[in-house]
Amino acid sequence: MSVLVFVDTSKGVSKAALEATYYGKKVAESTGGDVNVVTFGNAGDLPDLGKAGAQSVVVASGINSPDPQQLTRLVTQTAENKGASIIIISQDPVGKAVAPRVSARLNAGHAAPAIALPDTSNGFVVKTNVFSGKAFAHVNLTSDKKVISLLPNSIVPELGDGSAAVENFSGDLGNPGITFKDLKTQGGSVPLPEAELVVSAGRGLKGPENWGIVEDLAGALGAATACSRPVADIGWRPHHEHVGQTGVAIRPNLYIAAGISGAIQHLAGVNGSKTIVVINTDSEAPFFKAADYGIVGDAFEVLPRLTEAVKKFKASN
Amino acid sequence: MKILVCISKAPDTTSKIDFTDGNTKFNESNVQYIVNPYDEWYALVRGLELKEANGGSVTIITVGTQADEAIMRKALAIGADEAVRVDAEPSNGLFVAQQIAKYAKENGFDLVLTGKETINYNGSQVGGMVAELMDAPFLSLASKMELNGTTATVELDVKGGKQVAEVNLPCVVSCAKGMAEQRIPNMRGIMAARTKPLQVVAADAVNGGSEIVSYELPPAKAECKMIDPENMDQLVELLHNEAKVI
Ligand SMILES: Cc1cc2nc3c(=O)[nH]c(=O)nc-3n(C[C@H](O)[C@H](O)[C@H](O)COP(=O)(O)OP(=O)(O)OC[C@H]3O[C@@H](n4cnc5c(N)ncnc54)[C@H](O)[C@@H]3O)c2cc1C
Ligand SMILES: Nc1ncnc2c1ncn2[C@@H]1O[C@H](COP(=O)(O)O)[C@@H](O)[C@H]1O
Repeated sequence: MSVLVFVDTSKGVSKAALEATYYGKKVAESTGGDVNVVTFGNAGDLPDLGKAGAQSVVVASGINSPDPQQLTRLVTQTAENKGASIIIISQDPVGKAVAPRVSARLNAGHAAPAIALPDTSNGFVVKTNVFSGKAFAHVNLTSDKKVISLLPNSIVPELGDGSAAVENFSGDLGNPGITFKDLKTQGGSVPLPEAELVVSAGRGLKGPENWGIVEDLAGALGAATACSRPVADIGWRPHHEHVGQTGVAIRPNLYIAAGISGAIQHLAGVNGSKTIVVINTDSEAPFFKAADYGIVGDAFEVLPRLTEAVKKFKASN
Repeated sequence: MKILVCISKAPDTTSKIDFTDGNTKFNESNVQYIVNPYDEWYALVRGLELKEANGGSVTIITVGTQADEAIMRKALAIGADEAVRVDAEPSNGLFVAQQIAKYAKENGFDLVLTGKETINYNGSQVGGMVAELMDAPFLSLASKMELNGTTATVELDVKGGKQVAEVNLPCVVSCAKGMAEQRIPNMRGIMAARTKPLQVVAADAVNGGSEIVSYELPPAKAECKMIDPENMDQLVELLHNEAKVI
């Protein structure tokens, strides 16, 4: 079965785009078929998707806003043109708007958010996050056509030196249903769900004026910053940094939490992290039970010390 | 203004998650069900505010079994006018969406509101599917929304920021943090909810194309390694050589 991958490349080929393409390649290997990518927006680096295994990239250059209805037609028409019955969509905000529409349009079962490759030994079973990361479900997609929304940071792509052929989409995408207006950017250069390293802090930091030590460590590591919910609710930090069950769910390689108690709703959104470091003055804080490395100490002393140690390490490596 | 709010049940956020029957069923004993927080705090309350400002009605719809009527009454107590339950086990997202879209099309709504996601299944899928089945625009991850006649202006969470978007009704909107503030039902609301109409309709026999075959719990964490707070060089060394994350 052939695979079609849909990614947003309007700002260039992102890490998440390479992950989804590589995931598509691995699925195509196990089901027999080829893997093509469809996208909109061309920053000139589309052939790079070949490194992750794409044979071709179909691009709808005429589209300059991510209208979900037009993008759904783009995906389903390209799937038909390429004879693809498995569709992989990276689960970013654009993917969240498009994947369910594609699934409904094709009457295809949808697995979301997928965190591993399908097991095709008995059916077509995809592992997904459920209960906000407190458990996993194995979802069997029983329909002929299948849609998978892939969570960022779920697969490590092995990149080769291929180059994908770029084709222009030709077909009727209809009118957009949504008029997009001004965009306000916020946050750092790496979106939190895609960040590999995250430094996060909670109420233990006492006030927004103290976040300098958090940002210094994030800066030294090249990490994104995050926070607990009360910190966002009282306005110390912007809402988009709030992680947990009712905030962003993340699964970075490294999650450093300072002054966060580790309530079950906080853990739900971060316990998919590969390595967790907890800094807390209270040795009984529940977060230590979910941590790989723990430091019982005052964040105001430990964070600057850790920043210095990271800088020293970076300078000598 | 006819508003339809999709309400789903979810286990209380402090619930301990485990499974029975060879990891094929969620263990419901000792689990307290609540209205899915996104549906309650954001979709329902914003729906009520829009009705208060523009006139009209708020109907809630749940695809679920009779046991779900408790959380439906809670939504009525918060202020919804009437409730509809599509009588079925919500077996997967597309199944649920097909039921909701059918009801919405037959009864002509101007606006359908959903939560950003259910905290048990985390699919973020039902809203977009309903929109596709209604052939209507889908505004995903809205954190603000205003109505002006038949035009809706929303602010959406997009990659790296927020974007304003405009759309003509009817449309489907998934509601995220920022849309509204939680409302606590008062005694009068709770009393009134008992007699508000709750209609039960039969489900359409559709399949939805997916089924959960089993569940799994994450592996237990190994013992946490404690590091001397004076010795951050050791932590960096372990993160580099042992965890291999920096
Ligand atoms: C329905 C629901 C959904 C929720 N969703 C979320 C969610 O998505 N995300 C989320 O984060 N929370 C969520 N919560 C809230 C959650 O229950 C906790 O209240 C919250 O996570 C606590 O935040 P905190 O750890 O920053 O603060 P606290 O619990 O107040 O913890 C502060 C910690 O800092 C430590 N500390 C104090 N001083 C220092 C110091 N100088 N150095 C180091 N450590 C120090 C303390 O020992 C303490 O452990 C939710 C709650 C509910 C009911
Ligand atoms: N069984 C259901 N009945 C009614 N609405 C639902 C149901 N399941 C999900 N929804 C709605 O769809 C949204 C997204 O759910 P999900 O796709 O499961 O993440 C929820 O926040 C609800 O508003």
